[in-house]
Amino acid sequence: MLADRVRQYQNQTERFLAGKLSESEFLPLRLQNGLYVQRLAPMLRVAVPYGMLSSAQLRKLAFIASHFDKGYGHLTTRQNIQFNWPSLSEVPDILKHLAEVEMHAIQTSGNCIRNTTTDQFAGVAVDELEDTRPYCEIIRQWSTFHPEFAYLPRKFKIAVCGTKVDQAATQVHDIGIYLTQNSEGLIGFRILAGGGLGRTPVIGKEIFPFVEKQYLLSALESILRVYNREGRRDNKYKARIKILVKEIGVEEFQNKVMQEWELIKNSALLLTDDEITRCKSCFTDPNYESLADTPASLSDRLQNNILFSSWHTQNVKPHKISGYAIVTICFKETGVAPGDVTDRQLNHLAQLADEYSFGEVRVSHQQNIVFADVRQDKLYDLWLGLQSESMSSPNLGLLTDMICCPGGDFCALANAKSIPIAESIQREFNDFDNLIDIGEINLNISGCMNACGHHHVGNIGILGVDKKGEEFYQVSLGGSSKNQASLGKIIGPSFAQEEIPGVIQKIISIYKSQRKDNEKFIDTYNRIGMDPFKEQVYAKAD
Amino acid sequence: MPKLIKDGEAVSDYWTVLKEATGPEVLKAVPGKNFLVPLSFWKNYQEELNDYNGNIAIWLDSHDRVSDLDDSIHDFPLIALNFPAFSDGRSYSNARELRTTRNYQGEIRAIGDVLRDQLYYMQQCGFNAFAVRYDQDIDDCLTAFGDFTTGYQATVAEPTPLFRRR
Repeated sequence: MLADRVRQYQNQTERFLAGKLSESEFLPLRLQNGLYVQRLAPMLRVAVPYGMLSSAQLRKLAFIASHFDKGYGHLTTRQNIQFNWPSLSEVPDILKHLAEVEMHAIQTSGNCIRNTTTDQFAGVAVDELEDTRPYCEIIRQWSTFHPEFAYLPRKFKIAVCGTKVDQAATQVHDIGIYLTQNSEGLIGFRILAGGGLGRTPVIGKEIFPFVEKQYLLSALESILRVYNREGRRDNKYKARIKILVKEIGVEEFQNKVMQEWELIKNSALLLTDDEITRCKSCFTDPNYESLADTPASLSDRLQNNILFSSWHTQNVKPHKISGYAIVTICFKETGVAPGDVTDRQLNHLAQLADEYSFGEVRVSHQQNIVFADVRQDKLYDLWLGLQSESMSSPNLGLLTDMICCPGGDFCALANAKSIPIAESIQREFNDFDNLIDIGEINLNISGCMNACGHHHVGNIGILGVDKKGEEFYQVSLGGSSKNQASLGKIIGPSFAQEEIPGVIQKIISIYKSQRKDNEKFIDTYNRIGMDPFKEQVYAKAD
Repeated sequence: MPKLIKDGEAVSDYWTVLKEATGPEVLKAVPGKNFLVPLSFWKNYQEELNDYNGNIAIWLDSHDRVSDLDDSIHDFPLIALNFPAFSDGRSYSNARELRTTRNYQGEIRAIGDVLRDQLYYMQQCGFNAFAVRYDQDIDDCLTAFGDFTTGYQATVAEPTPLFRRR
């Protein structure tokens, strides 16, 4: 199927370059193959289903970065990787290279069903009901080249969550799926629809409180069919499913979906136990050894090496198997665009993954890389190994671990730059002890209201706006993409670029002076509200 | 005679599509033709249509709903579904609904902005005839049905999804 697609796209590109296919006719074809035309060059977005990459795939991406790009790629919030500098005529070649390692750029853009995302710790998380990846795979297959849903009113994003703590921003997706257990102990799905960010941020509404596993595809297809038929097509800013659900009301939307579902729930879409078992067999555990937690070699290093120990505290998380750990490598180096990764780093990651994590990594929607299966007695060696390509920064989950879109430096849609804003904040907060003291917080930056940087769900959100041709930044507080998902509120009038580090400093100082015990930023904000922050930020200097 | 692709072959097209704004006087003016009339025309001019001495079938625009049609659809030799723009995907769902929910056995024809690169998907959803846009290369269009050798989904053309065929 992949070879079919490479051939098809090569033929489409040739017809376009020969003038037989107009720009507007080629546009959705190239978009559904992940190719945008951007400010400086085309941008190719490569799909990484549920964020999983093998070391062979990492090496191939490194090769593409150095041969077809300027030596780096960019990790995206949909767990994909994109290249900002390929040339249009070389894209079919790049696709051929990708196909050699079973990769592609299918449906990474355009008005179709995009890459399904999930928790980057799926299959190894301690608090997981069940591994979500087999279900993501079932959805990936169903949504790939779905003939009925290739020309939807607008793009469509699905996320699946299987853990108690939602790490997948599930409630702000067009469809959000939670694995859940009913009162009889049966595991199935709770399905939300109509969530999303962008211009009109909305939390998803419950459509199916509980469906048994075999109905997963019929439930999804019912929602998509109602949306394809009834979603607005007169205005692209009102075309997402969230607007449809809002305009006709959740109840009416749900009725329509249920009517459709009754027609197809027992059709050939009914998942078989064989298929579920087959997909589960694609995600079996690696050959774990039986090891004890916190071996002596690790505790010694933790006691004697403060740099290693602070990295361990921030970037290493517990694993479902004793003696193993989950490591997140943070790509938020000051002075480098958040999520940017070089060809050297990709190659080095491949080597380290082979050595320390069964040859596999994951991309997180926070634009970082995860080693999911590291032996605790090898953590120190891995940490040393990461240093040579400056990948050992211990700022995971801290203020400087921001989500940020490419912004006006690269993107044709952006109103304002976002990368220099991220950098100015990272420079303002360069004291590690201070960052530790501030603790868990997320700061998200988008260069325009399309919200690729997820600013609505940042504890602190920054949005680039255009005011009469000048770049300004709107700051919001209180957003969260976790279980108690919430959308940030705008603090007040927007700021000039150079004011932003000072504004963030003031917000943090209010938090520090008002927090109780070990309260996180978001909890303090929820307790004291917007006013104290607002007063401090807009206080006139005496 | 305009060309049409039907059941994988280029054939002549004997049907004329009446535009939305056309009034019933056309029936008197042009007798003995094969007219594809808009749904609203069909609803509003039943009497005039009954008296007409040519063949009549209907076309649906992308915003028309298959669920609004009664069972008389089965009397039509064909039903055409319009693509006002190739990027408007509603007629895919309408074709599927006609074939699957309504069990319509006649010809389902794509009209309007019908281009080579969407033909494969249209066929999967139940279209079997394609009045491709005037500027399309018909021989090239005939190759489009082989763009993919297989698909994952349960479709009209392949009702068994790949996971049940493994």
